[in-house]
Amino acid sequence: MPEFGSFTLLLALALSTYALLAGALALRQLATGGRGRIEPERLLETARRAGISTFVVITCAAFALVWAAFTGDYSVSYILHHTNRALPTAYKFSALWSGQEGSLLLWAWLLSAYGFVLRMRHKVDMRLTAYASTILAAIQLFFLLLLNFAAPPFAIQPGPLQPDGFGLNPLLQYPEMVIHPPMLYLGYVGFSVPFAFALGALMMRYPGEKWIHITRRWTMVTWLFLTCGIFLGAHWAYSVLGWGGYWGWDPVENASLMPWLTGTAFLHSVMMQEKRGMMKAWNVWLIFATFMLSILGTLLTRSGIVSSVHAFAQSSIGDWFTTFLIIVFAVCLFTFFKQRDHLVSENKLESLVSRESSFLFNNLILLAACFTVLWGTLFPVLSEYVTGSKVTVGAPFYDRVNLPIGLFLLFLTGIGPLLAWRSTSLKSIKRNFILPGIAVAATAIILMSCGVHPWSAGDDMQATIFSLIAFSLGAGVITAISSEFLRGAGVVSTQTQKNIVSAMIILVRRNTRRYGGYIVHFGVVVIFIGIAGGAFNQSKEMEMGFHDSLTLGGYTVVCQSFSQDSNPNFDTEYALLDVFHNGKKITQLAPERRFYNASQQTSTVVADHSTLERDLYVIYEGKNPDTDRPIIKVFLNPLIAWIWIGVGIIVLGTFVALIPKLEPVAVREIPPAKVQLAGGDA
Amino acid sequence: MFKRSRILQLILVAALACTAIGATDRFNDLGHKIMCPCGCNEILVECNHMGCPDSTRMIGELHTQIDSGIGDRPILNWFMEKYGPTVLAAPMRGGFDNVAWIMPFAVLGLSTLGVAFLIRKWRVKTVAAPSQAVNAPFDSVREKIRKETEY
Repeated sequence: MPEFGSFTLLLALALSTYALLAGALALRQLATGGRGRIEPERLLETARRAGISTFVVITCAAFALVWAAFTGDYSVSYILHHTNRALPTAYKFSALWSGQEGSLLLWAWLLSAYGFVLRMRHKVDMRLTAYASTILAAIQLFFLLLLNFAAPPFAIQPGPLQPDGFGLNPLLQYPEMVIHPPMLYLGYVGFSVPFAFALGALMMRYPGEKWIHITRRWTMVTWLFLTCGIFLGAHWAYSVLGWGGYWGWDPVENASLMPWLTGTAFLHSVMMQEKRGMMKAWNVWLIFATFMLSILGTLLTRSGIVSSVHAFAQSSIGDWFTTFLIIVFAVCLFTFFKQRDHLVSENKLESLVSRESSFLFNNLILLAACFTVLWGTLFPVLSEYVTGSKVTVGAPFYDRVNLPIGLFLLFLTGIGPLLAWRSTSLKSIKRNFILPGIAVAATAIILMSCGVHPWSAGDDMQATIFSLIAFSLGAGVITAISSEFLRGAGVVSTQTQKNIVSAMIILVRRNTRRYGGYIVHFGVVVIFIGIAGGAFNQSKEMEMGFHDSLTLGGYTVVCQSFSQDSNPNFDTEYALLDVFHNGKKITQLAPERRFYNASQQTSTVVADHSTLERDLYVIYEGKNPDTDRPIIKVFLNPLIAWIWIGVGIIVLGTFVALIPKLEPVAVREIPPAKVQLAGGDA
Repeated sequence: MFKRSRILQLILVAALACTAIGATDRFNDLGHKIMCPCGCNEILVECNHMGCPDSTRMIGELHTQIDSGIGDRPILNWFMEKYGPTVLAAPMRGGFDNVAWIMPFAVLGLSTLGVAFLIRKWRVKTVAAPSQAVNAPFDSVREKIRKETEY
């Protein structure tokens, strides 16, 4: 099987090279009007088929690796280092992405899968798809070069054949880890498609905004995958790492957040191009930046430039990624300067108080957040270069800098949709903002009267202020969104004589994109509320013997027993804890500490009692060697569940936005006599 | 006399309680400004590794430093001297470290000014354009936009 896997990767490399060269040659001939021995159209068709075949061949390679994991082929170095016989079946499957070589193979396979779909749907616009397909083949070629020469997944382990593998990293032996990396990779890789279309459209000076319409679903689905991947990772960290939090601002987490931020900015600003023909250059660079940040994130975390807890992802392939990134940037820059006259805006901003300017500021804030994350990630390297000593840039930095930026973004989430395109009148502002304004003020007053007093919060003053603002703004944004729905449903109800619920469904179906977007915004607000709850976290640690109790915030945890167990994969120590709330038993929790035999590593299994109000989060920290009694740490984390619910709402909203609307989409018309205005784009 | 000594006792107890609360707050606050150096990349008071070679000792050192009555800055300096600058969870040594904090806000402020300037420039040019002849072709576009964006 390793020979078969290696052969398929070589074959995929050959096919990809052909798809790139044949595609580029044919497109060159079509652009210059030249003719070779083969008609360019036929050459393009062969390139397309080579691209499709690449998917089939890489699928075989991925299958070969999974097969080797299932059959325990420890002659393959990768399988030896990432699996063992006692590993449960699902985790044997996830071994495909648990190490460097496998995750690169997953990346290449997903890229080929996206390419397969794109090439099968080439009739949507054959010329533009041919450009995009050729660009995708170039990206594919890079990953296949890596897989064949820098990080081969089928490399044979030297020396005698081992009877069993070294096992999978215990942190990865968690159900979410079976879906979190593929989701994240679907997001990273997926941005290659809008990138390829944008670059292709620019290369061929594609008229109008059709490329945006073609890639809109790609971009949204990709964004959704990345969103789910990020939050699945956060949930995994919360459930497995056992430090009571869900986001540690580790470089790998930052690497996933950066393309998400620019991708979100792109999803917003692209609307300005669709509706007003504005921000063309800006949009092109946003999607370029999103793709490059996906690559940069991989470079940062795998090259060893910055240190990360994701040690399993570090290696020496940084030079490859650096070279690739430089080439991509050079191609983007060259194409942009060559074709920049094609990107001149057709319209200009007419008022500071308009939907367009809110999008501009939204983009500004998202990019400022992205810059902060990138700056914080790279500052240790810069500091070492300038001062000669490395520093740590951890959570206190990001919390302090990104929280105000996040709150401003929340504010814009509320006011943006209330502003009209082109210009908003004072009357309209008064009408739309009065209710949300009242909601903000009322929430702030209620919270303060309920005891949320930043002035008496001591060291937590800053966190309490941010929470107070977040809750108040959240109430304002929810009111704004609800009033938009109700106002629209009221109009539809009057028109159709249907009840308000039916009217709301019709309203949403008439403009799924707009109202789907509102639902996504609602989800974002719910997430912010969940994050703001973090200001009121409490924790307590205690060594607990039989029937010892620990009390925290109205909860009492009583130790019923503690014991240990064993199975072929791991040994475990655990405690059985009865949980009482206001004197009544509500549940029993069993936090664990596991010791994995194959990898000789430990891992935490958190016990969590989650409600809408708060999470009771319990960790088994280990045993006191002197008394042989377990040390239990209990956290009370308010509103955590809101974060996961918010993600669910975002998924729902994105699905709604993806549904075609009831009426056909109106495509922006280019006016016959355009206003010739000086200056470029944003 | 009894009453006065009782009041003094109460004040003393209250002061001790406040000090204890203050010490707990300080411990928590300072503990969140220090990293565990064991390689886990976690904040000192959040490191939960079984058998961590550093966190238990460092937490004890932090308690000792707080009990000695010195200020926050000298405590952080003490840890930095002993474990190196990477023990601090964020750049806070002054000098070049200040750049880390200033730069994001400087970039945000400058880009906000830039966008505001751009909007103003665009608006001036739009207003200067001849309105009647130019706006007529936009009417159909405006109508389409209205249909797309309003109910």
